[in-house]
Amino acid sequence: MSDHAPVTDWVHDFDHTDPRWTENPYPIWDELRATSPVVHTERFLGCYMPTTFEAVKQVAYDTVHFSSRRVVVRDVRPETVPAPPITSDPPEHKPAKQLLLPPFTPDAMKKLEPRVRAICNELIDDFIEDDGCDAAARYSKHIPVRAIAHMLGIPETDGDLFIRWIHEVLELGIRDQSILMKAVHEMSAYFAGHIEHRKKHPTDDLISTLMNARDKSGQPLSDAHVLGSLRLLLIAGIDTTWSAIGASLWHLAKTPADRERLVAEPELMPTAIEEFLRAYAPVTMAREVTKETEIGGCPIKPGNMVLLSFPAANRDPAIFPDADKVVIDRKQNPHAAFGLGIHRCVGSNLARMEMTVAIEEWLKRIPDFRLDPAGKVSWSEGTVRGPRQLPMLFGKAS
Amino acid sequence: MSGKLRVHVDQDKCQGHARCKSLAPELFELDGFGNAHEIGDGTVPKGLEDKAWLAQTNCPEIAIEVIEE
Repeated sequence: MSDHAPVTDWVHDFDHTDPRWTENPYPIWDELRATSPVVHTERFLGCYMPTTFEAVKQVAYDTVHFSSRRVVVRDVRPETVPAPPITSDPPEHKPAKQLLLPPFTPDAMKKLEPRVRAICNELIDDFIEDDGCDAAARYSKHIPVRAIAHMLGIPETDGDLFIRWIHEVLELGIRDQSILMKAVHEMSAYFAGHIEHRKKHPTDDLISTLMNARDKSGQPLSDAHVLGSLRLLLIAGIDTTWSAIGASLWHLAKTPADRERLVAEPELMPTAIEEFLRAYAPVTMAREVTKETEIGGCPIKPGNMVLLSFPAANRDPAIFPDADKVVIDRKQNPHAAFGLGIHRCVGSNLARMEMTVAIEEWLKRIPDFRLDPAGKVSWSEGTVRGPRQLPMLFGKAS
Repeated sequence: MSGKLRVHVDQDKCQGHARCKSLAPELFELDGFGNAHEIGDGTVPKGLEDKAWLAQTNCPEIAIEVIEE
């Protein structure tokens, strides 16, 4: 699928869209980390990658030399498409973020939890009588789509449309700018229609929250700000958690000891979820270098991008003993799956709730399952990594 | 090790990951933006010392101080 030349030298020529990275990035990250805290590639018009937890953290905390105006590493540098607050730098970042925080607190998520539990069970009802299913296509994919649609106040049945846009923005759009911009415009038009409708028929949802928000001087947000934030919530809220739920189920399908223990000791769920987030963190972000600086003794030059791999940071053995082992009762786990610093994922409490409910409900109804040896697990490439095909068989292996 | 403990969340560092609240709800609370604060003056009741250390070591932003008094 890739039109990039295959990588022969990961240290000087890495490519996070290479099929080997997509399939199994962990040994590559170990090799890079063992070589240098920061590596560089000429691909993507020049891009660094911090490889240690410490170096990732330094970049994430440094908003002076690293800008968030571009948060995806692509072949080209298309015009910036604001999606506040993820693409905002200080001082614009804080007010844009604060608008979105109250609807995503843990208490707010508790109110949404019964709906998510019902969604999970409706999905399971559809395939539980079968011998197995593709757990990505039939289960993990649909839970975050429906939950975020519920919060935004848009039809859950538009899910396929959202999933296509996300694929175009985050995967196809890495190489093809026209696909990216077309998806952005379609999303804006979609939300503009919903905003227009609410002007006559007010609602109590996230779209209305943003429409009714006022800045410090009492002015409403610009249309571009509202549309940008809505695009962000849709894009960021879906394939991320879909990936995290899918990777957790993938792990449990191939690790009977962990699956049986989690069924027998459901009180381990909180540490297990945090460990799945650490070990299979789906989201890699990016920054654009705006001023010359140094990270881990490596010179960093403006004009380059930075691939900010929180998943690689989470595998750093300097911070996490046995970093390559999945330990579902790991006690010390200050992982960076939701980022570090001011851009901490606004939806982290939503993602945790969705993951917890999705795994709990699955294990209650399907305690025994395994990967289908006749099927193939496939992973998404680039910015968000998770299983896109996850063929499972139900019941104990005979 | 028999001294009293007190916890404190550095508001300049806290980014609202909410790990402390989830691990030690007796010691931490969240404000309307989801950022964490120690409950009261942060004094750790007897028997909750382990939870204080657990919250500290799980904070990704290293925002929690545990003060031995």
